[in-house]
Amino acid sequence: MKDIVNPVSPTRRRLVQAGGAAAALSTLGFPAISRAQPARLRVGVLLPRSGFQGFIGQSCQKGADLAPEVIREMLGVDIELMNADTESNIDVARTRAERLIQEGAHVLVGPFDSGAAAAIAQVAEQRGVPFIINIAAAPQITEQGYKFVFRNFQTAPDIVRNGLALIGELFLATNTVPRTAVFMHVNDTFGQAMAKGIGAFMPRLTQLPFKIVDTISYDPAAKDLTVEVSKAKASNADFLLLVCRLQDSIILRREMVKQRWYPMGVVSPGSPGMYEEQFFKTLGKLSEYCISNVPWYNPNAPLTKVVERAFLKRNPQDRLVFHGLNVGFTFEAILVAADSFKRAKSVDPKVLTEAIRQTDIKDKMTLGGPIKFNDKGQVEGIGSACVQNLNMLPTVVLPAASATAKPVFPMPDYKRA
Amino acid sequence: MAPELVLNVVIAGLLTGLVYGLMALGLSVIFGVVRVVNFAHGEMMTIAMYAAVVLFAAYRLDPLLAVLPVAVAFFVFGYALQATLINPFITRPEHSQFMLLVAVALIMVNGLLMVFGPDARNVQVDYQLESFALGPLLFDKARVLAAATAVATSAALFAFFRLTLLGKAIRACADNHLGAQVVGLNVKRLYALTFGVGSACVAVAGCLMILLVDVTPVLGPAYTLLAFVIVIVGGLGSMPGALLGGVLIGVSEALAGLFIAPSAKSMFSFALLILVLLFRPQGLLGRRV
Repeated sequence: MKDIVNPVSPTRRRLVQAGGAAAALSTLGFPAISRAQPARLRVGVLLPRSGFQGFIGQSCQKGADLAPEVIREMLGVDIELMNADTESNIDVARTRAERLIQEGAHVLVGPFDSGAAAAIAQVAEQRGVPFIINIAAAPQITEQGYKFVFRNFQTAPDIVRNGLALIGELFLATNTVPRTAVFMHVNDTFGQAMAKGIGAFMPRLTQLPFKIVDTISYDPAAKDLTVEVSKAKASNADFLLLVCRLQDSIILRREMVKQRWYPMGVVSPGSPGMYEEQFFKTLGKLSEYCISNVPWYNPNAPLTKVVERAFLKRNPQDRLVFHGLNVGFTFEAILVAADSFKRAKSVDPKVLTEAIRQTDIKDKMTLGGPIKFNDKGQVEGIGSACVQNLNMLPTVVLPAASATAKPVFPMPDYKRA
Repeated sequence: MAPELVLNVVIAGLLTGLVYGLMALGLSVIFGVVRVVNFAHGEMMTIAMYAAVVLFAAYRLDPLLAVLPVAVAFFVFGYALQATLINPFITRPEHSQFMLLVAVALIMVNGLLMVFGPDARNVQVDYQLESFALGPLLFDKARVLAAATAVATSAALFAFFRLTLLGKAIRACADNHLGAQVVGLNVKRLYALTFGVGSACVAVAGCLMILLVDVTPVLGPAYTLLAFVIVIVGGLGSMPGALLGGVLIGVSEALAGLFIAPSAKSMFSFALLILVLLFRPQGLLGRRV
């Protein structure tokens, strides 16, 4: 019997075979395409969400959590966050970074701590995965010739230089001339980098009217600062120059009251702690008038408005002003990764790293110039503000152009001394 | 250096040291009688600190008043722990006891992390920030009250062991285990009572310590270590030695912070430990075996 079926005509069997072939092609061919144009960027976020830096880590995490939604709307890029808790521990940070890379993170972001950042940088460099630092100031991290490490935050010398300049402006603005300061600082990587910066810059800044009469370092995880505050009080300094973290700044402020030490002011030339929400919550009125000269966010920037909306949607009980620095720099670190991914159209680490190096983001949330990395992977020109705790809110009081209130110095309690 | 500065620092160290001493007293009592080293000691104190935080948050109960209910609860807990879990290990090798109590400590730390999270907590009593002056000397009110309660508790404990029949029976167990059995003492029950008393002791120390420092779940191991340093310096098993050790560590840490560097405080207490181990291994008030 003659075969009446046309050998090239479509039969059900041939359709099934063709479908099978197409499916096979799709599984073989599409991965190559998906490597070139992956659907989403996997961002490993390393933050100290527990331990003595836990509050600040959780504050930074808010910036990470809102990033995927905001960035999808801004850039049309899909981001998958892979969150890891460094537990305020450098060794944990290192192992978590390793694990995130093993689990497929295309880029690492974090970790709000110089010691942890240095450890993660080594891992990122060894494994060839880009690492964008949100907050960490020790200068050596971007001075080691690393190829995969980037930082959108001031280095300790920059923080100190800007912080001390703002202290000079503060004295001019309040018409005060303190002659002496006692310098207290945490003795971790960040604190020591800051102390080195202050030691280097103070002799050069002859316009500053004060001298440092005593330097006291302490453990950032200290449970009791009685002796430290006794020593500082005994120095009879006009004001306290403080490089702190959050928990120790709370303990220290309480101890100052217990020991009835009321200097002209508590001024940080650039450290976390005193502008954090927990500082206000725990200390209440005692948090007032403390000053932090820190890299800050621009409340009037268009991007800030977008981020603030997303922040309030996710955290209706919170206010961005308490988290602005942490949220701003963490969000921007993820923004840099997403923007680079969009341009690179690839998650290949070398291609992505090169794209990060070419970053030029002008529409940003934090103070200062555009996000552009120099040869060392460092953003230059990030601005600082003098932030004073007034009416239970961190308030920009200097520079005058961005100020929303006038600085108060000396503290009103100073008269009681 | 101004003498009033040194005196103020010594006073602060002395007052803190008395609370340290009470904490170590619990460890010393348990070891002196049961001959088991409680490696979960600091963790038990951390739980007591959280108990004080919870009672304050729920009922505004001052930690100085929370001492009583927390101590009673810890006595029951310690009694039950000894009677059920530790007693079978008393005749086993020391490394088995060590592993058991380290496991208990780990469970406690992780349990606290699960219940309270990792963040620091404290109590804000009215007198938290108050101090009073005597001439050039400044006394932190919370620290003075905590130290006074620690002294009163220690005195009550001494009286219990010296003056009551039960205390004497427990001391008899400590002095001669076989003899105590021969004269008909229920040694297992006395061991459980001793563990209960030691636990109550550390509960009081925890309620007082929350007036001085914030508590986190991971605080325990540091206090276990501190308690060891204190009892070894004072003499393992010696009750006055534990108090003396606490005061010595408190004062020496404070002075090291003042004269050397604040960040070298802990290092100095370990240096003291090494010196004692070298020149008086039984501890300052311990008996040579």
